[in-house]
Amino acid sequence: MQCQECGKRPATLHYTKIINGEKTEFHLCEVCAKGKGEQMPGVESFSIHNLLSGLLNLDGQFAEDPNARSSVATQGLRCPTCGLTYSQFSKIGRFGCSDCYQAFSDRLDPLFRRVHGHTTHRGKVPERTGGKLRIRREIDELKQEMSRRIENEEFEEAARLRDRIRDLQEKLDS
Amino acid sequence: MSYQRFNQHALSEWMRGKGPRSDIVISSRVRIARNLSGLPFPMLATSSQSAGIVRKVEEALRHQNRPQVMEGAELIRMDDLEDLEKRVLVEKHLISPQLAEESRHGAVVLSRNEAVSIMINEEDHIRIQCLFPGFQPQEAWKMADNLDDWFERHLTYAFSETKGYLTSCPTNAGTGIRASVMVHLPALAMTQQLNRLFPAITQVGLAVRGIYGEGSEALGNLYQVSNQVTLGQQEEEIIQKLAGVVRQMIQHEHGARNRIQESSLTKLEDRIYRSYGILSNARVISSKEAMQRLSDVRLGVDMGLIPDLSAQVMNELMILTQPGFLQTRSKQRLDIEERDIRRAGMIREYLSMKRESE
Ligand SMILES: [Zn+2]
Ligand SMILES: [Zn+2]
Repeated sequence: MQCQECGKRPATLHYTKIINGEKTEFHLCEVCAKGKGEQMPGVESFSIHNLLSGLLNLDGQFAEDPNARSSVATQGLRCPTCGLTYSQFSKIGRFGCSDCYQAFSDRLDPLFRRVHGHTTHRGKVPERTGGKLRIRREIDELKQEMSRRIENEEFEEAARLRDRIRDLQEKLDS
Repeated sequence: MSYQRFNQHALSEWMRGKGPRSDIVISSRVRIARNLSGLPFPMLATSSQSAGIVRKVEEALRHQNRPQVMEGAELIRMDDLEDLEKRVLVEKHLISPQLAEESRHGAVVLSRNEAVSIMINEEDHIRIQCLFPGFQPQEAWKMADNLDDWFERHLTYAFSETKGYLTSCPTNAGTGIRASVMVHLPALAMTQQLNRLFPAITQVGLAVRGIYGEGSEALGNLYQVSNQVTLGQQEEEIIQKLAGVVRQMIQHEHGARNRIQESSLTKLEDRIYRSYGILSNARVISSKEAMQRLSDVRLGVDMGLIPDLSAQVMNELMILTQPGFLQTRSKQRLDIEERDIRRAGMIREYLSMKRESE
């Protein structure tokens, strides 16, 4: 398969991106991928200093968003912890610290939807510090289990689950 | 620091050519990205903050009840290595070029068997990588998951309820997981079926890339398939989807091999034995030609056409003939021409040694 950019070299990078809700395929050679500043998931070799403008196509995306274009607030958006501005972030495609996620939160969900097709984490939660999220997830699971038991008329087991849910709920509220 | 140890064992376990479905799958890798809470990511961390992160990981590793695989593990600082030594670690897929070349206070923790490498101060504070031979993405994930749990007892991660593990690049946020499988697809390449296969794979949200593209080509018909999405899916789902797609690729490759064997065995044998002849006799060989010939010979081994070689021939030689290895072995810097000569010599020597020992 030839590279879709130059049509000369064979394509060695194959991936999709979600742009305006549409899945778009990319088949690029290494040279054109670098030239485009494309960041290929799973390829760790591109440098952070090699500024990946256009990486996430933030500019293009927000140009279509009238709120963002006119918003002076966006221009001045800055992470209070590390000092990175939103416009720096959109140029280099990297956060400066974990608080950037909070500081830029209003702007990030469209980006996450573009890259991942989702905006909310569903995976692993840290055992020690995962805290309330872990408990909430456990409660959800126990509730489902409880309704299954009730349907099967296993009331004794359902009662035990109800007590555990109550304990967890107290832990959550405390 | 006994870097010598790693140099002496030039080859990691994943190159031995053992492991499930190793006729087509070279290796399976899972890496997870983690950052410590309360510290800027490596791009913005000060020198003393970065040095502090290495110390924290080092201290964590001294705690009791280390996962068994980490017994005897070693922390190696990039600043303590020569350029060539770093290059060899990159060529063995144990560290990234970025860690080798650009990190400040970059370091790697290597397990004795080199199945685990933990990069410190790469793009994220910590990247836990588990590399298994053959088709074992599940096993690689389990090990990475365990190591992660163990670290988390001693280190506090940057984590948010909605965005999961917070990473420097938004493409890694959520699970921070990148699972990849390296596959050898010579028959699909010969029958020009990759053109149809790759778009199908990208359609389900996985990415494919040729490896060992010096410049622009996928050399040796080796491809890496990996997940793109890290946020909004569970780790197990991500691994299962990847595994499912790779299983189908394996089937297609088997199908293509059978068809070639039935329809044009003589031509195939000719190609394989020619490549074997060239590798056994050439005096000068470029890395591009070497990879292509190795791919042919490897296919010949898989199809039982070359009984005096084992499957590891390609896995080992593709690493041993990389520039870093060749230069380390001859203990000097070599220009491209000299490398091509050394490469040919190295391959001849390796093949004659293998033939004698079988
Ligand atoms: Zn191109
Ligand atoms: Zn910040």
